Amino acid sequence: MKFGIVVNEGPYQHQASDSAYLFAKAAIAKGHEVWRVFFYHDGVNNASRLTEPPQDDRHIVNRWTKLAEEHKVDLVVCVAAALRRGIKEENLAQGFRISGLGQLVEAGIKCDRLVTFGD
Amino acid sequence: MSDARKFMFVNRKAPYGTIYALESLEVVLITAAFDQDVSLVFLDDGVYQLKKGQQTKGIETKNFSPAYRALEDYDVEKLYVEKESMDARGLTEADFLVDVTVVSRAEMGALMDEQDVILSF
Amino acid sequence: MLHIINKSPLTCSTLDGCLNTATGGDLILIEDAVYAATRGNAAESRLKAEMGKFRVHVLMPDLEARGLADRLIEGISPVDYGGFVELVSKNKTCQSWL
Repeated sequence: MKFGIVVNEGPYQHQASDSAYLFAKAAIAKGHEVWRVFFYHDGVNNASRLTEPPQDDRHIVNRWTKLAEEHKVDLVVCVAAALRRGIKEENLAQGFRISGLGQLVEAGIKCDRLVTFGD
Repeated sequence: MSDARKFMFVNRKAPYGTIYALESLEVVLITAAFDQDVSLVFLDDGVYQLKKGQQTKGIETKNFSPAYRALEDYDVEKLYVEKESMDARGLTEADFLVDVTVVSRAEMGALMDEQDVILSF
Repeated sequence: MLHIINKSPLTCSTLDGCLNTATGGDLILIEDAVYAATRGNAAESRLKAEMGKFRVHVLMPDLEARGLADRLIEGISPVDYGGFVELVSKNKTCQSWL
């Protein structure tokens, strides 16, 4: 089955990004495809490559990057939401791309299931 | 339109206190441009989004409520307000800045069951 | 439909709103909503009363993280992330009550 995931909250502040990541990993482990993860609202902050958590904490941004590399997950950051919050190409983490809201709608059309994680 | 999916946007949050209502409206407009079957529903504090007479000068924030009136131009005409949520906030249909269909909780639940994709922010 | 709830029933009316409006189906408690699945919380009777209409599940890693895995209300089914994925795939749609 083809899954789309929406993440509406930033990393560390809210559990949404953690929940979304663990859900995505479990879906892949069950043989499903995670076709796209769309980051919206403060969720765009998950894509900042300037993120530096303490050594003993999980690295939420790098975790998404790794998932994208290993399982060809398309990580899309909403351009309008990103620009509002200072996320641009120059500070975008690897594996993410900035694009329009149409990518979210497309996920809704093409995926068998769309699951939202937010506040 | 025959293979259009039924998209429902569930608005349960008030405007201005957080950005969700505004950014949700942006998705609605884009979805309509994709020729999908779009419904907007307002329940709980989401019904406050539709209140007439919003004056945002004093909080130095853009008043985005006129955009709800533009929905018609995008052929988004299915706007539903849950009656119980409206009543609980001392509002009536006359308080809203656009025409809406007021439905009961039971009707709202049934509408949700008809959808292909439900987005809430 | 699968209803996904992530807020504590003690600070937020989201669970109540879902139980009032939704027509039934599967319901999963995740993140801070897992407190609704614990014995003795003020929302227990409300949730129990709806357990005929809704099949209630709780995401155990979230309940364990909060130190309450031993207080699970009888009749609520515990699931891991894999179980969460299965609930999403077996229902035609899902709705996060944010």
